Amino acid sequence: MAVTYLEAIREAQTKLLREDERVFIYGQDIAGKFGGAFKATKGLAEKFPGRVLNTPISEDAMVGTAIGAALEGMRPIVEMQFADFSSIALNQILNNAGTHYYRTNVPVPITIRLPSGGTKGSGPFHSQSMEGLYSHYPGVVVMTPATVEDAYTMLIDAVAIDDPVVYCEHKYLYYHLKADALPKERFPVGKARIVRPGRDLTIVTYSAMVHEVIGVANELSRDGFEIEIIDLRTVKPLDTATVLASVARTGRLLAVGEAFPWGGVTAEVISRVTAEGFHLLDAAPARINAKDTPIPYHPNLWSEHRPSQKKIAAKARQILAE
Amino acid sequence: MLQTAQRGKKPSKKAAPKKAAVHERYLEAFRWMLLARILEDKLRSLYRGGMIVGGVYLGTGQEAVSAACGMFLKKGDVFGPLIRDQAGRSAFGEPLLDPVRTYLGSIKGPMRGRDGNIHRGRPLENQLAMISHLGAMVPVMVGKLLAKRMKGENGFVGLTTIGEGGMQTGASHEGLNIAAVEQVPLVVVVTNNHWAYSTPNEREFACASLVDRAIGYGYEGHKIDGTDLNQCLEVIETAVKRARAGRPPQLVVAEVLRLSGHGEHDDASYVPQEMKGQPFAQDPVTRTEKFILENGLLDRDGVKRLRAEIAKEIDEAVATAQQEDMPHAREEDWRSMSTDHLIDNPSI
Repeated sequence: MAVTYLEAIREAQTKLLREDERVFIYGQDIAGKFGGAFKATKGLAEKFPGRVLNTPISEDAMVGTAIGAALEGMRPIVEMQFADFSSIALNQILNNAGTHYYRTNVPVPITIRLPSGGTKGSGPFHSQSMEGLYSHYPGVVVMTPATVEDAYTMLIDAVAIDDPVVYCEHKYLYYHLKADALPKERFPVGKARIVRPGRDLTIVTYSAMVHEVIGVANELSRDGFEIEIIDLRTVKPLDTATVLASVARTGRLLAVGEAFPWGGVTAEVISRVTAEGFHLLDAAPARINAKDTPIPYHPNLWSEHRPSQKKIAAKARQILAE
Repeated sequence: MLQTAQRGKKPSKKAAPKKAAVHERYLEAFRWMLLARILEDKLRSLYRGGMIVGGVYLGTGQEAVSAACGMFLKKGDVFGPLIRDQAGRSAFGEPLLDPVRTYLGSIKGPMRGRDGNIHRGRPLENQLAMISHLGAMVPVMVGKLLAKRMKGENGFVGLTTIGEGGMQTGASHEGLNIAAVEQVPLVVVVTNNHWAYSTPNEREFACASLVDRAIGYGYEGHKIDGTDLNQCLEVIETAVKRARAGRPPQLVVAEVLRLSGHGEHDDASYVPQEMKGQPFAQDPVTRTEKFILENGLLDRDGVKRLRAEIAKEIDEAVATAQQEDMPHAREEDWRSMSTDHLIDNPSI
């Protein structure tokens, strides 16, 4: 029986609620028969009465309440309806939860689920990728699962971590991405994974872009190029060692992300490799991101705004030609 | 400390037990008010002498309402103080060394040099550590109370304070509303000291009184003269009892005048002279002391002894903290998370 990325998130939450009485889920429209805008909590409120709670449209207070509950020993999961709306809660996530351990020696074990990334027709306020923004601040772990298996195990790991975790789940993968079954084993948090080994070029990416890059690698393999793909899995902490080891093998680096281009994860990857592994590079490293405009609504515009397989492949060929 | 306060009390054989209890409580509150006032006077002079790390934000004028906020909370209750709550923090049980160590930069202070002064707290002992962003601690308090209820505790209450300035943020609106949605046992004490830094009430809000918001949020509202200790004690005690008994959240709005600058760097020259003659501009410490003397709760010598005793405690705390080490950058672990293996480690 196939399991989708979204079902993996629901199953992880089911397991967490069943096995850990400290866990509760707090968010908008997640309870009752409705079960969330994307149905990530469908059926859970009936199964676990009093532990899947609807909130007012108050992102700041949702996270603030989760922080207080975490200080009282609970393990809350906050579902943002869309990652984009977590901007309202930035203060609680970054200034309150993110500073709390450093200031008081008391960590805040909250998990914030951000339905992230672009889908057709979603426009500027239902499409954002905010992992770079959250990673910029100290005190939070930022996860960006790209597979059904990671969506499942990393959410369970997120709740077990004593510090705040921003868990960026990609909406584009919710229904499309399927696995045969839920995983029995987990790959450790904080470690990047080599999705596919190769000797000619390292492409570092994460979340939905992993799948675009797999398409690129397939395309380029027909021309004899072997692309090594690294899925960062967590963008903070960033597994620099795995990236550097890969660049040591390939001598070439392309970083691909769906977020806005100024700063962010791809810039951090390039910066670290350039600073710590300059001698490993045979060609100038490059990166591909979305454009520096708000995310457009119409699919004709949106598909050009985000990094596409075509754009990634063109850039990869350019690096390989150097 | 209560016994000390009573030592100078004029014996009155006729006093009914209930009245005696009221007097005892009044004197206890006066002691917390005096402690806050004398400590903050000391901090002011240390600040002027360049001995304080960072800013000094005082609660001068707010001691009566603040003391009452700390006095009716018991073990298991939660206190969420803000920047002008020395009296309430002490009444809640904060050791005197906590503020003194933090202001003087001792490594032994609760924030270990990582955060300053009024942000201090002891979250595991139910005293929340505020952040500067006003209103942010209201939902945190809601979460504490919600979790206690989920864990099956009962009979607890949370009290958080805010100013009329903080009442205008989006965070406080969301927090006040979600508290009522969750029906947690919460008391919110709003001290309208008439100035958000240098901004007067008429540029802060346009309702007749902030207590009018109680009905809009589904709270029970109370309005008090924050310079009158009797009113502060009676009304805040009632509000705490009601919240504890399962009534809706309670909103207490106290009217006072901030009798200092926003911080000690601010001379508050923008406060017009005529405002200083308003009833809400009375000094609560002076007013309380006058009541105590007029009603024979203590005589002049008794008050004098009490002041001297508190001043001695404070001097000792200052002397202790001044001998302690400051934080050292080389000994700091520079870690923002408790999970060691997930700390990001870029070369910088």
